[in-house]
Amino acid sequence: MTEQQTNQPSATEALQDTVWVQEIAFIDSVPRWIAMTFVFALFIGTWQLVTSFGLVSPIILPTPLETLNDMIFVGKNLLTGGYMLVSLWITIKEVIYGFALAIAIGFSFGVLVGETAFGEKAVMPYLVAIDTMPKVAFAPLFVAWLGFGIESKVALAAFIATFPIVVGTAAGLHAADENARMLFKTMGASRMQTLIKMKLPTGLPQIFTGLKIGAVGVMAGAITGEFLGGGKGFGELIRIAASQLNTPRVFSLILYLSLVGLVLYLLVQWTQRKVVFWHKERVDAGDH
Amino acid sequence: MNTAVAQNHAGAPLGAPVYELSHVSKTYARNQVVALEDVSLTLRKGSFTAVIGSSGCGKSTLLKIMAGLIPPTKGRVMLQDEPVTGPRRDIGMMFQQATLFPWKTAVENIVLPIEIRDGKAAAKKAMDKAQELLDIVGLQGFENVYPNELSGGMAQRASICRMLITEPAVLLLDEPFSALDELSRDMMNMELQRICIEQNATAFLVTHSIQEAVILSDEIVVMKPRPGRIAEIVKVDLPRPRTLDMMTTPKFGQIVDHIRGMLDKGEDM
Repeated sequence: MTEQQTNQPSATEALQDTVWVQEIAFIDSVPRWIAMTFVFALFIGTWQLVTSFGLVSPIILPTPLETLNDMIFVGKNLLTGGYMLVSLWITIKEVIYGFALAIAIGFSFGVLVGETAFGEKAVMPYLVAIDTMPKVAFAPLFVAWLGFGIESKVALAAFIATFPIVVGTAAGLHAADENARMLFKTMGASRMQTLIKMKLPTGLPQIFTGLKIGAVGVMAGAITGEFLGGGKGFGELIRIAASQLNTPRVFSLILYLSLVGLVLYLLVQWTQRKVVFWHKERVDAGDH
Repeated sequence: MNTAVAQNHAGAPLGAPVYELSHVSKTYARNQVVALEDVSLTLRKGSFTAVIGSSGCGKSTLLKIMAGLIPPTKGRVMLQDEPVTGPRRDIGMMFQQATLFPWKTAVENIVLPIEIRDGKAAAKKAMDKAQELLDIVGLQGFENVYPNELSGGMAQRASICRMLITEPAVLLLDEPFSALDELSRDMMNMELQRICIEQNATAFLVTHSIQEAVILSDEIVVMKPRPGRIAEIVKVDLPRPRTLDMMTTPKFGQIVDHIRGMLDKGEDM
């Protein structure tokens, strides 16, 4: 009896380990880069098969190799400061100016809507109404007002990117919980102190989410502006290549363009990690 | 080490009235609900008072009035012979959540009340005092740690320091440890008692736990709902310092039973 109570195995009996097999999903044991390479190879392989069996006309879909060759050609042009670099630089400028403008306007309206009762009551409904409009449809208006230069593209890019920043900022300002608000009240904090020392820092994760969505939108805005309003940017190169049915060129131009978008996005993400150091993102790579 | 802080709380002699509420009522105009009716209460220097009651008994309304967050509809609210007409630096407050800000280190969080009221320079000067307070609550060495790295109990210790940094005349505690597990909660309650005795603090605790109220308090205000009013003020004459062992004594049990009986009666109404 006493032996059992103390949970000691008796001397005659060997201790049996409790062994059971835990199932581990295969994907959990695969490093991310291998999984990603696999999907990439699958994609290229399918592409190659579709083109080599002639399922799609080569005018519509070039082979992966043709695309790669064209990418090398375009890459050389960009690196040697050719006409494509000039175009790319125009588009980059539109994106930078557009994004800066969107941040300035979006943040201001976000504070107006998120912090003041007037803004929430009287301004927010209009912002929501405008946000539901197809913003690209405004492109001809911007061209009519601002001409065929980069101004009309900057305007469209900023116009598209502003709204997510407004929403992110307003949501961020509402993120502080009741306790934090009460604490600041008991400390006798002014409205400005509460905004700057508590509400804005608390809302930074949401504000950065807005900035990331805006960063994606600003690229779309600049290129759409170039499609619809001419000019000399990268979008115009794509449009010309497409009209000449030079699909490998279209593909490679789009890929280089997406690099610009990626760099902008990563720049915002990097800034977020530096500024909002206390906030751990749940999805590490490739969120949104 | 502790005397420097304790001296600052000398103010009134022990037992003198610090916080006085007379005939305080609160009616919320919007829905004509009487949240508080004719509440009179005196907190004496160095005493520990708890308020207990079912939800809707008006205890959080009472706390908000005492913190200067909302005005009473009727009655007088006097702290250190001055009417309370808004938040004041001689009122310290602590909430259920530690509410430390993750972008500030522990010590920066603690001097935040000074930063808000007197600016950054004054906050910097208060760092030494914050350090002393961290020693008192047993958080020495954690001054430059960010709140994410603190456990729930440690975070509440830091928020005790933040409450004490302005040397308040009264401490308002809104269920401060109810988010902690029971073991940490008992331990933090004993810590709270020790700190209050060391600082000669006048404390007012809102709680849902009868045991917690009895083990900590000199007086327990039992409240009844609809309208919120004081049913009885129970005196607890267990010796100080209290220990967790006292929870098993017959006297402790009697007081707990008495309060529970009163709260049950309140529910029938």
